[in-house]
Amino acid sequence: MADIATVAPPVTRKPRLAVKAGLGWPLGLLVAAVALFLFYYLDKYFRGSIPTPLHDLMAYWLPLIKINEALVYVMAALGLNVVVGYAGLLDLGFVAFWAIGGYTAGWLMSDIFHGVNFHFLTSAFTDAHKTPGIHISWWLVLIAAALVCALAGVLVGAPTLRLRSDYLALVTLGFGEIIPEIFYNGDNVAGVNISNGTQGIQPVDAVRFFTFDDTGKLVWGDLDTFADLPRFIIFCGLVAVVMFASLRLRDGKLGRAWLAIREDELAASAMGVPLMRTKLSAYSVGAVAGGIAGAAFAVHVAGVLPDRFRFDISITLLAMVVLGGMGNVWGVTIGALVLAWTNSTALPNFQDLLDSSGDSASAARLVGGILVGVGVVLLALGIALLSRQRAGLFPIYLGTLVVAVGVLLSIKGPSLSFQFLVFGGILVMMMLFRREGLIPEARTKLVLREPGRTEAEALGSDLEDNSPELEALPDAIVHAGGDIEGKTS
Amino acid sequence: MTMAPHQAGPAGPETHTGPALHADALTVQFGGLIAVNGVSFTIPRYGIVSLIGPNGAGKTTFFNALTGLYKLASGQVLLDGRNITGLPPHKIAARGMARTFQNIRLFGLMTAEENVKVAMHGHLKSGVFSTILRLPWQRKEERAAHDEALELLDFVGVSKAAGEYARNLSYGDQRRLEVARALALRPSVLLLDEPTAGMNPRESAIFTEFVHRVRDEKKVSILLIEHDMSVVMRVSERITVLDRGEMIAEGGPEDIRSNERVIEAYLGKSGTEASRDR
Repeated sequence: MADIATVAPPVTRKPRLAVKAGLGWPLGLLVAAVALFLFYYLDKYFRGSIPTPLHDLMAYWLPLIKINEALVYVMAALGLNVVVGYAGLLDLGFVAFWAIGGYTAGWLMSDIFHGVNFHFLTSAFTDAHKTPGIHISWWLVLIAAALVCALAGVLVGAPTLRLRSDYLALVTLGFGEIIPEIFYNGDNVAGVNISNGTQGIQPVDAVRFFTFDDTGKLVWGDLDTFADLPRFIIFCGLVAVVMFASLRLRDGKLGRAWLAIREDELAASAMGVPLMRTKLSAYSVGAVAGGIAGAAFAVHVAGVLPDRFRFDISITLLAMVVLGGMGNVWGVTIGALVLAWTNSTALPNFQDLLDSSGDSASAARLVGGILVGVGVVLLALGIALLSRQRAGLFPIYLGTLVVAVGVLLSIKGPSLSFQFLVFGGILVMMMLFRREGLIPEARTKLVLREPGRTEAEALGSDLEDNSPELEALPDAIVHAGGDIEGKTS
Repeated sequence: MTMAPHQAGPAGPETHTGPALHADALTVQFGGLIAVNGVSFTIPRYGIVSLIGPNGAGKTTFFNALTGLYKLASGQVLLDGRNITGLPPHKIAARGMARTFQNIRLFGLMTAEENVKVAMHGHLKSGVFSTILRLPWQRKEERAAHDEALELLDFVGVSKAAGEYARNLSYGDQRRLEVARALALRPSVLLLDEPTAGMNPRESAIFTEFVHRVRDEKKVSILLIEHDMSVVMRVSERITVLDRGEMIAEGGPEDIRSNERVIEAYLGKSGTEASRDR
């Protein structure tokens, strides 16, 4: 009986923690965005105002171009979060929507259809040079990409969503491979070149928006290759829109239906929730965010390249959702930022640092030596832990792995890249020690950490008999646990 | 806010004067096994009827066939005079057939209030855009849904737990919440699958009053599957007995109590003799 009070969660738990807890998250993210903007604005146009060491540090560890890329990942991850986190549909091919959004931007903002000559509110450059092809303002292209992806979501979803869990995952995996492959080989679809094959569509028109001239003054014009700062503002705005939409949707009729399907499909349908239509809407809404990310990425790299839409992007996005905290918009945002940064900046930089510190072979040996040391410590720790709990097995496994890699590194020398090893290692550690994600949705945390009340009762506790008495007692006594038995019986 | 339980469909019970539900010669087959064989069954308007039978008699199968979870091999189901045979479960639910489950199937990680609101899905009209922009009519609709949910939670007596996750409620409260959720569909027929399973005698006694209150105040017709004979005899106006997929008896509680085929089905042949000896 003593451990029942710890098992039964406190009565005062607040519902919908993430949304109602106030403005902490949005304000924090806003402050971070403004601070980054100010820093890079001063850094670019008033170089003297930022001390050189700080400039170097930021340019190396947090370059604006990588932040922009991370923001694109955030948009796509938030879209995937609707599908996986809200509706509980495992999607292993989300990159397909990213690709479709990207190619929509490519079609409407480049000279790929050079037979057509259509200009509409487009960039100053294409206007001046009367470039052939379709050239439409990126702002309209965003809407077009969203619509195309919504439709694609329905088309892909209609045949696949009848399947459940593992089967659904496999089919989405297939679609995630098929769609980029179509673009890869799409230089001659019934005589029409829709993708330029492996070369991709380059260049894609510039966005027309507020930008800064050489002196840092705000002007209206094309965002050229180096205009990362205005793009940063645009991407932040898009992320905010996607976040806002997913938060609002979750609190509405559709969000409840998604959650209900995630919890119990059969009960949801018995309560009048149309399964197919609700799942399709989740797929479609997610695809819209994926399409927006695709269109944003197209202007970020000023091109659409087919080998950017590989399977590993789908997996990275899924990892962002799971690591950040499935279903929690803030968690997914942070997860996406952290993972995108780790992938694009942190790991390459570490590798770079090691390689450039003197002779690279000796550096590798140094790392190898360190790894062997760490591995041995882990092994010792694991063995010590094993006597008390099974969790000790994990440090043993990891230690063995680390020792093996260390030995390999010391023998094999410099050519071994350990980036993906570290990345994979982080993922494994997270899943073992913090399965619910960095910032979990309150619900997910609950199900992973505590048994439900009826589950607890099924384990042989007799909470049921005591419940009227429990309700009559003040919280403090209830939480005191063991006291109840004495007072009520 | 006052409840208007039947503002849902145009062909609600007000316009239909016949029985709330009529099932005609239902047969459910799993491969070569006939689980329910030609059972005809009627729930009178605002009646409380029970379906009983020994384990494996096909009671829950019958339930699942009514609510569209199983395909019928033959037969048809009329709800408020309208044919609902072969419709998918969510459409049958929207037409006014609500149910609870034998093993509670709440949305554990949603609050009690959200659980009830899920069942209002069919009544709420807001789309994606009005939800994102929180347009005036969407807010009005959500407020009304909130009021109705609280009213229902209050009706079944779990309003204190409106903000709690369903999985944290006590067993009895979960059962009540399931009823509230089913009522949120504004049904004309409510199917309760072993609602007193796991309740002690005192709770079961309270439950019989509760069933009557649901029928009288929410104007629904109720079908119960029940094991607890004392509950069945007290609460039911008519009782149908199933055994091995066939209907073996139908009548008021007194008829059933003394029906030999029923006693035989429950106690076996020798049991019948034993009871005759007494």
